[in-house]
Amino acid sequence: MGNVYLTIVLAPLIGAIVAGLFGSKIGRRGAHSITISGVAISASLSLWVLSRFIWHEQPVFNDAIYTWMVSDGIRFEIGFLVDKLTVLMMATVSFVSLMVHVYTIGYMADDEHNWPHGALTGKNSYQRFFSYISLFTFSMLMLVMSNNFMQLFFGWEAVGLVSYLLIGFWSTRESAIFANMKAFLVNRVGDFGFILGIAAIGMYFNSMNYAEIFAQASALANTQVAILGGVSLMTLICILLFIGAMGKSAQVPLHVWLPDSMEGPTPISALIHAATMVTAGVFMVARMSPLYELSETALSFVLIIGATTAFFMGLIGLVQNDIKRVVAYSTLSQLGYMVTALGASAYAAGIFHLMTHAFFKALLFLAAGSVIIALHHKQDISQMGGLRKYMPITWLTALFGSLALIGFPGFSGFFSKDAIIEAVGASQIFGSSYASILLTIGVFITALYSFRMYFLVFHGKERMDEHTKHHLHETPWVVTLPLVFLAIPSIFIGWYAIEPMLVNDWFTSGNWMPIVVSHEHDTLHHLREHWHGQADFIQHGVTALPFFLAMSGLGLAAIIWWGVFAWNPRVDEKLQILGDPITKMLQDKYGFDDFNQRIFAGGSRDLGRTLWVTGDQNVIDGAIVNGSARRVAQMAQWTRHLQTGYLYHYAVAMIVGLVGLLTLFVSF
Amino acid sequence: MQFDAANLTTILPEITILVTACLVLVVDLYLKEKNKDVNHKLSLFGLVIAVALTGVVGGGERVVFFDGNLVHDRISDLLKGSILIVSLFVFVYARSWLKDRNMLVGEFYVLGLFAVLGMLIMVSANSFLTIYLGLELQALCLYALVAFDRDSKKGAEAAMKYFVLGALGSGMLLYGISMIYGATGTIEFGQVAQAIAEKGLSNQVLVFGIVFLVIGIGFKFGAVPFHMWVPDIYEGAPTPAVLILGSAPKIAAFALAVRMLVDGLQNLHSDWHGMLLILAVLSMGLGNLVAIAQTNIKRMLAYSTISHVGFIFLGLLAGSNQGYASAMFYTIVYALMAAGAFGILLILSRKGFDVENLEDLKGLNDRDSWYAAMMAIVMFSMAGVPPTVGFMAKLLVLEAVIRIDLVWLALVAVIFSIIGAFYYLRVIKLIYFDRPMLNLPELVTTNGVRFAMTINGLALLMLGLFPTALLSLCQAAFV
Repeated sequence: MGNVYLTIVLAPLIGAIVAGLFGSKIGRRGAHSITISGVAISASLSLWVLSRFIWHEQPVFNDAIYTWMVSDGIRFEIGFLVDKLTVLMMATVSFVSLMVHVYTIGYMADDEHNWPHGALTGKNSYQRFFSYISLFTFSMLMLVMSNNFMQLFFGWEAVGLVSYLLIGFWSTRESAIFANMKAFLVNRVGDFGFILGIAAIGMYFNSMNYAEIFAQASALANTQVAILGGVSLMTLICILLFIGAMGKSAQVPLHVWLPDSMEGPTPISALIHAATMVTAGVFMVARMSPLYELSETALSFVLIIGATTAFFMGLIGLVQNDIKRVVAYSTLSQLGYMVTALGASAYAAGIFHLMTHAFFKALLFLAAGSVIIALHHKQDISQMGGLRKYMPITWLTALFGSLALIGFPGFSGFFSKDAIIEAVGASQIFGSSYASILLTIGVFITALYSFRMYFLVFHGKERMDEHTKHHLHETPWVVTLPLVFLAIPSIFIGWYAIEPMLVNDWFTSGNWMPIVVSHEHDTLHHLREHWHGQADFIQHGVTALPFFLAMSGLGLAAIIWWGVFAWNPRVDEKLQILGDPITKMLQDKYGFDDFNQRIFAGGSRDLGRTLWVTGDQNVIDGAIVNGSARRVAQMAQWTRHLQTGYLYHYAVAMIVGLVGLLTLFVSF
Repeated sequence: MQFDAANLTTILPEITILVTACLVLVVDLYLKEKNKDVNHKLSLFGLVIAVALTGVVGGGERVVFFDGNLVHDRISDLLKGSILIVSLFVFVYARSWLKDRNMLVGEFYVLGLFAVLGMLIMVSANSFLTIYLGLELQALCLYALVAFDRDSKKGAEAAMKYFVLGALGSGMLLYGISMIYGATGTIEFGQVAQAIAEKGLSNQVLVFGIVFLVIGIGFKFGAVPFHMWVPDIYEGAPTPAVLILGSAPKIAAFALAVRMLVDGLQNLHSDWHGMLLILAVLSMGLGNLVAIAQTNIKRMLAYSTISHVGFIFLGLLAGSNQGYASAMFYTIVYALMAAGAFGILLILSRKGFDVENLEDLKGLNDRDSWYAAMMAIVMFSMAGVPPTVGFMAKLLVLEAVIRIDLVWLALVAVIFSIIGAFYYLRVIKLIYFDRPMLNLPELVTTNGVRFAMTINGLALLMLGLFPTALLSLCQAAFV
């Protein structure tokens, strides 16, 4: 199977290399053909492997492919660990990626309009874009299939790199450059924690390999580390790793980069900043469940951060008018749900939500992109409305996506979100009641902002200008086909997957358990005990509080932005004035950006300038580098005069040398 | 002394060189002007045969033969092979230069081959007398080679300086030998060592003699303060002579040091250790500093030689087997680098135009990017930049020094090599980032030369990536 896994990883890489390096030679058609076939190979092989795991008892693969180096007893390897957790990620990542690849053909078709006339960077931008997204697929697969921390870190940084490149894809736009710099810097903060965590693991476990580390974990469970007055090793490692996850999965307070990342083209917002890369943190924590289970402190930390993100980021979504930003804040909030599930030790529920979210959020983003194409790159929802009749496929798929997002009974989001809320409710660790309340109210918020956007975009009066309206039509099939293909799992995947993933032993059977949950943290226990099939689960769901909250959110959104909006289009504005100063606070995004901009960015710029002037210019350049260079040059000029060219001088020098050595070494 | 088969087969490489030299001497008389190339082919053929024979008779136990005058061991095998191979490169590079100037005559090859013979004898000498004979044979040939361009005033001046100072150096060496003989009553290295072990170490006459020996060694290497001849001779002599002078003789000088100091006087290590240390620090310092101020590339390479000698001494003064092996590695690698550097200068020179100044290298990349790359490798290697072999060589020597707890010395060496990196990198900058000067003659070169230079340059890279190949041979020589 090693070769199959290698093919899955390398096929997108080859596509990326060919499209990236020979883009100008193979042209647009060549570039998208080769990258799409690469990703298609990955996707179909991944699905085949998934089917082997479901129906054929495929054994877990855990082996090194290549040993890079051995240093001080630690082996640094490229290796794959493919178990039931990995295979779900592989299938999700490669499938969504394939959909996005196809969609990109339509979205980037007239990319030359996005560049200033004659810009050098605009040349072959289409091919470059395909190269990047294929490279992303490769990196993400490397990340999820890794069997060791080194490769995990490689994948982690590689997806970060591609994300950076793609946020700033339209590199002639000031805002895009600002956004990718911001994403890069914020992720550095997270990665600093992450690499410290890996270093701590290397130091105490003396290995990079997951299996070896997990085997030693319980032995080291009670180790204390003498920093900050003594903390448990596991707590330290888990929190450090989680700081990495906070950066990558955009959790408060490291979430600030994600909304700005919407500067990138929409397909990558769907692929990287909604469906896959940002869930890497969630995946990583689930993968490390044997470690997290050993530290309740770390779990509480994860739980509180996750719940905070889920609730407060959802609120910001209510005041956004940019279609992509609404979806971005919704992504932040949903990531918060997943992370909260991890904190409650319901790793399986977190991964389950990750998977359903990947489909419906990619769908929502691509639908938003479809709207953006139709409106010629206008993104303001107050300038939309009534698109339903012009774009029936986009409208319907977006409706399905929204229903899945708010957890409408029967849709995939319903199963995963209810499972999370139930698990958090059952959790006993510190902060669980806080999390439970926030998540439950969060359901209402989710429904409210989702359907605010839905009604403003697809219903009511057409508010766009005449010219745009005149050209309105449904987008081409390369755009709508992925929507349809994503809508299908958005609706059904929950129904089919909940039983094996949460109730049965998908994650816990066999010798190798991808997810380990200790007995006292088993928050999904209740769900398993009372499982009587999906229909029964829905039946219970519709009598529970989250359902009523979701429905009232939906209803309220309908009343305000469909009903009231029809006769008073300024209701949104009025509501916002009414809600002042809360609206103000939300529009300022709680001041995170200002704070970072002023304290961290400004502060480090000042610090840098000071160090540059005093340290670098004066001391290092002035005194050390140039000073010593000048001194050396002087000495060189001086000593060269010893070489006079006269033979007798040379002979004298030899005699002086002789006398010198004699007096030094011979004592008469 | 018996001339039996066992004795003679062991010196087959030397015999081959001798026969080739005599053959060239005779054949040359009957060659017409346009056929002088035969000399070249004959010499190369002889060298190739000698390399092959070194391989054939090489290996096996250490043998002392010819009544204790010669020795055959792993040191001699490796050094002989290196000298012959480096000389091969040298002759290949020199040909077109000589041809352009109507100097492709038998004398050059005869003198060159006799110098090689002298070096081979030094390498396998087992007594002070043999080593002195080898040294003088080599030195006399080199004096003549420096003056080879009869019409050149600079060449004549350089030859005169070299000869006088060389005589002074040889005189001191001989005087030192007489002291050692006086103190121990023997000139055979093994017996000297034995005598010293028996009589104890406190004999002042011995130390007195060692000072003179070290000066002789220092002179042959060109270590400060016995280096004065080096820059003037490098600048004044015709470039092919410098090529011969600057490459393989360093290996012979290494043999001189190892045979006398290690084979003969290992027990007095504590005495010669300090002397080498002073010479090493002075050489590294002065060589690197003054090289910066040079505008003539041959002079720059001369000072660079001096600084490299300092590094070789670091390995020697460590006094451990590891130190000797690292010094040997360094010396062989240096000979290759020097051959490459001067080889490039020869390749770039044309009739009536000698590459003398750094400026002449400007924009080499635009003229011939392959030679530019090879020169860059040579320069990186001399500067000690990984992954070239120069880095490995420096690393090994420094390791040896640190093993004997002379961390300050290693620091000094590193600082000076950082200073030295400047002038090597300047050459690379000239090659790649400057425009070529106008009116340069076109670069013509033969495939053979290009091939040799490619092997030479890539060897520096490959040995850096896979140093074990050569290093294990060096380590096996000192066990």
